[in-house]
Amino acid sequence: MTALAPTTHLGRDAEAGLRPRHKALLLLGAFVALVALKHLLPAGLVRPPDWVILPVGQWLSAAFEFLREDLGLEAVTRLFAGFVAWHLEILGNLLLGGRGGLGLPALPWTVIAVSGFMIGYALQGWRLAALSGGVFVYLALFGQWRYAMETLSLIAVSAPLAVLAGLALGIAAARHPRLEAALMPLLNVMQSMPHFAYLIPVVVFFGVGDHAGAVATAIFATPPMVRMTLLGMRRLPPEVVEAGMMAGATRWQRLRHVEVPTAREDILVGVNQVIMQCLAMVVIASFIGAPGLGYRLLLALQSLKIGTALELGVSIVLIAITLDRCSKAWVERRPVHDAAERPWHERHRTLLVWLGLVALAFAAASLHPWAYEVPRRQALSTAPFWDAIVDWTTVALFEPAHQLRTMLSLHVLIPLRDLYLYLPFAAVALAAAGGGYLVGGLRSALVCLGFVAFVALTGWWDRAMITLYMVSFAVFVCLALGLPLGIWASRSDGRGRRVLLLCDTFQTFPSFIYLIPMVMLFQVNDVAAIGAVIIYAMIPIVRYTVEGMRSVPSSLHEAVRMAGADGRQRLLNMELPMALPHILVGINQTIMFALFMVIIAAFIGTQDLGQELMRALSANDIGKGLTLGLCVASIGLLFDHILTEWARRRKAALGLA
Amino acid sequence: MTVKQRREADRGQPLITCRNLWKIYGPDPAGLLKAHGGKPAAQAIRDSGHVAAVNDASIDISEGEILVVMGLSGSGKSTLMRCLCRLVEPTSGTLRVDGQDLLAMDERQLIEIRRSKMGMVFQNFALLPTRTVLDNVAFPLEMRGQRTAERHERAREMIRLVGLEGREQYFPRELSGGQQQRVGIARSLAIEPDLWFLDEPFSALDPLIRREMQDEFLRLQAMLGKTIVFITHDFDEALRLADRIAIMYEGEVVQIDTPDKIVLQPATDYVAKFTREIPKARVVHVRSLAEPLDGEVPDGPALQGDATIASVARTIVQAGRPYLPVLDETGQPTRRLDCGRALALLFGEEEAA
Ligand SMILES: Nc1ncnc2c1ncn2[C@@H]1O[C@H](COP(=O)(O)OP(=O)(O)O)[C@@H](O)[C@H]1O
Ligand SMILES: [Mg+2]
Repeated sequence: MTALAPTTHLGRDAEAGLRPRHKALLLLGAFVALVALKHLLPAGLVRPPDWVILPVGQWLSAAFEFLREDLGLEAVTRLFAGFVAWHLEILGNLLLGGRGGLGLPALPWTVIAVSGFMIGYALQGWRLAALSGGVFVYLALFGQWRYAMETLSLIAVSAPLAVLAGLALGIAAARHPRLEAALMPLLNVMQSMPHFAYLIPVVVFFGVGDHAGAVATAIFATPPMVRMTLLGMRRLPPEVVEAGMMAGATRWQRLRHVEVPTAREDILVGVNQVIMQCLAMVVIASFIGAPGLGYRLLLALQSLKIGTALELGVSIVLIAITLDRCSKAWVERRPVHDAAERPWHERHRTLLVWLGLVALAFAAASLHPWAYEVPRRQALSTAPFWDAIVDWTTVALFEPAHQLRTMLSLHVLIPLRDLYLYLPFAAVALAAAGGGYLVGGLRSALVCLGFVAFVALTGWWDRAMITLYMVSFAVFVCLALGLPLGIWASRSDGRGRRVLLLCDTFQTFPSFIYLIPMVMLFQVNDVAAIGAVIIYAMIPIVRYTVEGMRSVPSSLHEAVRMAGADGRQRLLNMELPMALPHILVGINQTIMFALFMVIIAAFIGTQDLGQELMRALSANDIGKGLTLGLCVASIGLLFDHILTEWARRRKAALGLA
Repeated sequence: MTVKQRREADRGQPLITCRNLWKIYGPDPAGLLKAHGGKPAAQAIRDSGHVAAVNDASIDISEGEILVVMGLSGSGKSTLMRCLCRLVEPTSGTLRVDGQDLLAMDERQLIEIRRSKMGMVFQNFALLPTRTVLDNVAFPLEMRGQRTAERHERAREMIRLVGLEGREQYFPRELSGGQQQRVGIARSLAIEPDLWFLDEPFSALDPLIRREMQDEFLRLQAMLGKTIVFITHDFDEALRLADRIAIMYEGEVVQIDTPDKIVLQPATDYVAKFTREIPKARVVHVRSLAEPLDGEVPDGPALQGDATIASVARTIVQAGRPYLPVLDETGQPTRRLDCGRALALLFGEEEAA
């Protein structure tokens, strides 16, 4: 079947391909005409006229005001905030000591490090143990302990909240199709909203501080858990569910003993995603006063202490890798039977060793204060090392970086931005609707037009165009570099695997991290922002290109080779068309990543929607913040719609779906 | 054979009785039935975009009987079975199990009857991946709240019964397909059900293993004497195991009869097509071909009524007589066998009904 697929696909193109191509040309012509004849257009088609702009922000503000005061939601949120704060206090008490709570002294760092070590060992074995234990030792010895523990305690509170909420919603949605139908669009919008947009409502309802950070983080991390739970429930083998029913299990018993355990892997993948999302968000939640590594990083970047920022960045990256590896190991851990009836102490050896090590750590801590806490002043520091690197790069790379920056700014970015701002509103709307029409007919055209209209009606048109210019430039560069890189990587098994592993690892880093090296190279400006966007958004396109190219079945390779196609012909006529659905998904994700990163990069000074979001955040303007968030979401969903639809069509044409 | 005879002898009341059972999938099943007075024609069902997975089934299943449901994939076997235990809600019809109206039961009562009377074995085993063999087998007992020690003891007993002792602490994915299905069988028997449902239990297994599992199944059934509904799409399997066979075609039960009758008197062309490739002499029993004595007992060696034609072929040929006497259950030669008909069957010549 697959062997025939490309032929049918080519055949279809040949016989029916002219008409869509004509339509595309026509649309392009109309677009160019609109742009060229801009001065002839009525003002209402150049920019959305003032009288159509709706006070969306005010409405949202009023709605939230209503929720908060008239419906008394604030009482509920305050209760919840207290609950979260209490947990944070207890955890902070355990990890850091002081601070009320149970009034206990903090646990010695050695105890936590050996626990990390044993968790790694129990989940996978020595290598993971070395990683997780080693990271804690690093954090302690290099004076990062306190910040890291603050970050970890935030994650430890928000991740379980997100997991529980996601699990409950996912299960409920699996049971009730109506709830699912209502939830899906909400999740789509939530997952296309930039991080900052979550912060403002949280500030309004929960104030600022660590508990607000935890709440924002939990909300941000919930959607993937809902999705994975739903997926797991959907993928339950029907026979297993029936086996539960025939065993006479009640609904609750079925859920608890049959459905959730059987969907274990999907649910744990959800847990992994929650943890990684939490880490990404915790760093950003420092904007609303969440303490920890992210907060320090924010301060360091604000005062351009690049060495310190790099040191903090390394800690965040190490924590990210550890959390990711551990939670993935948990997904893959499958139970193995006990070979024989062994005595209790042998079956629970890991537990006993852990207890022994903890006792040892406590003993060590009482013997020498350094085993209890490494004082920050005594701690080793990598900062000098990073400072040296920073100094070296500023000296050695200053000239080229400066030139690159000036060149990019003057000859590419500024003209491009001006071009985007020059585009009449009608032309952009036409382009979006036309794109939708070409991939999905009239319905898609209307959907796309709707997204454009939303942005226009909110009155943030120019800001949105600036966002769009940054995103499109970044995505262009990502594709120009990422596609060849992906194709090159897919040419050999080992290379492909290594590149995928690299992508996996880079993807676990909180996006914020990518700003550090860019600020180091280019200082604070558009070029640095776009550079960070490019690096971050490159990951998905490379990964999906590799996966797409490697998904081409080898039988097809052989067949095409036997047909006498040379390398270039193979690539153009067989591999790329076959990999296109994957690549389109990659492009989609690249756009999403770029959009998110552009907004985050507002932190180092851009002029787009993100900048306005930051302002809304500092002014606690919930309506404005959410409107801007929804504008960003609209842009994301517009591209998402076009690319998903296109990928679906290609897949159907190739007989893959 | 003796157990089977005993069962046939004291086969009592039907344990399951269903009448005019329908299960229709599609936009408006109930409306469709109503519009056609409860019996829509196949054409009407198809035209309105519905599928009749079970089409007007009326079946009695006696205590201790093995009813094998046969049919091609998609013919509605699984749906019929799931209607009988109400895993699937029938669109209409009546269904009594052990004297109780199953369709009138609420959820509590259903759970109760499943906990005490029913067991099911699934094609793809449907074991719980995170539980050990022991806990899988003990699962139905756990659901009804039995204490750990008690249910583990019972589970161990079941595991021994299916020959898996020593594997109690294994996890399903550590077992072969045949072993997994043994676990499935043990689990379904743990609560000592009266009614045993098996949905293509051996179809996912390799042919050799399948044969072995069939023997195992017969051995268990000889010991336990359950009332069984067994689904298969393999006619040989059906012939080996069945007391009666129900043949389904597009949701309809086209014939429900003993294997002999199905082979000798197929009700429709469809059934005949099923049986065409079957070596009939291996299926048909002497008593099914036997006819009343024509006055006197014929000479020659007497045949047992419950022997297959194939197993007495040598005797018939060596005797070289037109008729041979056939013994009934009490050992009296009360009937005779037309050797010409038996040989025709043996050589696969078509009979003129
Ligand atoms: N949940 C369902 N929804 C719609 N159609 C179904 C459903 N379950 C079964 N069917 C249809 O009912 C028919 C009988 O299915 P099934 O009982 O599984 O057949 P068998 O077990 O004999 O292979 C098939 O045509 C199938 O497509
Ligand atoms: Mg079936």
